[in-house]
Amino acid sequence: MISWHLKNRASLAALVVLVGMVVMVIFGPMISQWDHEIPDWDHYSIPPSLETDHWFGTDALGRDLYVRTMVGGRISLLVGLVATLVSLVIGVTYGAVAGYFGGRLDNLMMRAVDVIYALPFMFLVILLMVVFGRNIFLIFVAIGAINWLDMARIVRGQTMSLKNKEFMEAARACGATERQVIIRHVVPNLLGVVVVYVTLTIPQVILVESFLSFLGLGVQEPLTSWGALVNEGAQELETAPWSLLFPASFLAITLFAFNFLGDGLRDALDPKDR
Amino acid sequence: MAVAAGQPLLRVRDLARYFPVTGGIIRRTVGHLKAVDGVSFDLEAGQTLGLVGESGCGKSTLGRTILRLHDPCRGQVVLDGMDITALSGKALKQKRRDMQMIFQDPFASLSPRRTVMQILREPLDIHRIGRREDRRRQVEALLETVGLSPPMASRYPHEFSGGQRQRIGIARALALNPKFIVADEAVSALDVSVQAQILNLITDLQERFGIAFLFITHDLGVVRHVSHRVAVMYLGRIVESAPVDRLFEHPHHPYTRALLSAIPSPEPGRKRIRIILPGEVPSPANPPPGCPFHPRCPEAMDICRTRVPKTLAVDAAGLHQVSCHLHDPDHVPSASGRPPSTENS
Repeated sequence: MISWHLKNRASLAALVVLVGMVVMVIFGPMISQWDHEIPDWDHYSIPPSLETDHWFGTDALGRDLYVRTMVGGRISLLVGLVATLVSLVIGVTYGAVAGYFGGRLDNLMMRAVDVIYALPFMFLVILLMVVFGRNIFLIFVAIGAINWLDMARIVRGQTMSLKNKEFMEAARACGATERQVIIRHVVPNLLGVVVVYVTLTIPQVILVESFLSFLGLGVQEPLTSWGALVNEGAQELETAPWSLLFPASFLAITLFAFNFLGDGLRDALDPKDR
Repeated sequence: MAVAAGQPLLRVRDLARYFPVTGGIIRRTVGHLKAVDGVSFDLEAGQTLGLVGESGCGKSTLGRTILRLHDPCRGQVVLDGMDITALSGKALKQKRRDMQMIFQDPFASLSPRRTVMQILREPLDIHRIGRREDRRRQVEALLETVGLSPPMASRYPHEFSGGQRQRIGIARALALNPKFIVADEAVSALDVSVQAQILNLITDLQERFGIAFLFITHDLGVVRHVSHRVAVMYLGRIVESAPVDRLFEHPHHPYTRALLSAIPSPEPGRKRIRIILPGEVPSPANPPPGCPFHPRCPEAMDICRTRVPKTLAVDAAGLHQVSCHLHDPDHVPSASGRPPSTENS
């Protein structure tokens, strides 16, 4: 009981941090006099200072790092949420259908998943970039299109184990239709696993985007993301450590918060721990 | 609705359920697992038929096929004068109100994410019974019927003991006021002391509401306690059925005799002669020809290996039915001079 309360407090704190983070990246740039793409010609690569209003300092081109971190956060969080949503919708539907109906359909669907799984992810992204040009929405699509595979596998397994439980049969014996069985019994029992997986997927997706940006395949200048900022900051680590410190801390805090939140949600959604 | 005189509540005729056995990479059907193979019996309103047999003999499949949780491959199930084997959609849903099921595992039969209130309301919601506001009260009344207190409705299943969970499962089966309930190993997962409580609850409910039970079990003691009639199943077929006392005192089929000889005697020092059956139960995917019991039967004759025995009555009233060549006057080899024994050896 005590450990649950502690965990609950940690996940509540994580939720507060995340809400704060979202509010900050949306409204943060408005309270600064600087813009994320227009350089301050008088201050190149200065450390954080209050008198110049560059609270996080500037980068080598004189752009305000506070505004850039906030704007980058918008992209990173957006990628995390949209790509996760894409993988959630496709993955849960696909996995539940395969697991629930089973047999030949399941076999066909899961072998298709195996085939897509076998394609090298980077190769796919580069191919997409070459064909369609660099575009932030392509990144959402590419990441979402790969991540749903894991979700589908997890949901399928869970559905299969649920399918033969006696309470499903009890519902059918009462005259419930397939739809009622799925809504009343399959979905609620999938919830715990899915929620945990979603909170693990969001940070994963943010990291993948960072990695793509690090390779130069992600967002395009002058727009930025946490991953891109970390990449730039890492190159100037010796001369301007603040340009790595701030975006990296924001990224790390967000990832931590999502992990704590997922942990707490799983417990909150499991009646056995209540 | 009263059942017409002389007509049983439930009439099962030649019911069969085969499961396809698939093999190879392209999953061709290579054979059939004959889980239930031509079962017939009648069940009167308010009576209990005990169905016994060893694991894998098709008891549960029979119960589920009668309830249309599996579709039968052949045969007929007539409930209350209506053949339900061909029903579907709305008509089947309507008929499901009359037939319910109590499950074996009280831990798997209740969804862990729904409260007792939600679990017991579900049948009422699905069939839109009563006004929404009244359903709450109905659930509370159900809980009282099975010996639980109404405030427990807001709890989750994991907060209950096995016996209490089984009471919840019984309450769910009662929710629609059924005429017929299949109790599939309803007490096998419980402690012996709790078993007695649940069995008494079931017999009380039967007296109160006049429900007919098909009581599936492998426990002969339990069957003797609750049943009016007993049917013995072996490899998907009923080999013998009789009123409970008659079956226990005068078993005819060699398989029934072997089963009964396995009951421990409560009197210390009294010797009991156990009939040990040789070999294993054959696979229902590849049952032996003739009488399915012949490879293990201590009294098998030549005809048993080739011909399936008919089911015949062995008493004057026709209540005691056996399917065994030993008890078929046409086939008893007169040369051996061995009359079919009716005493328990």
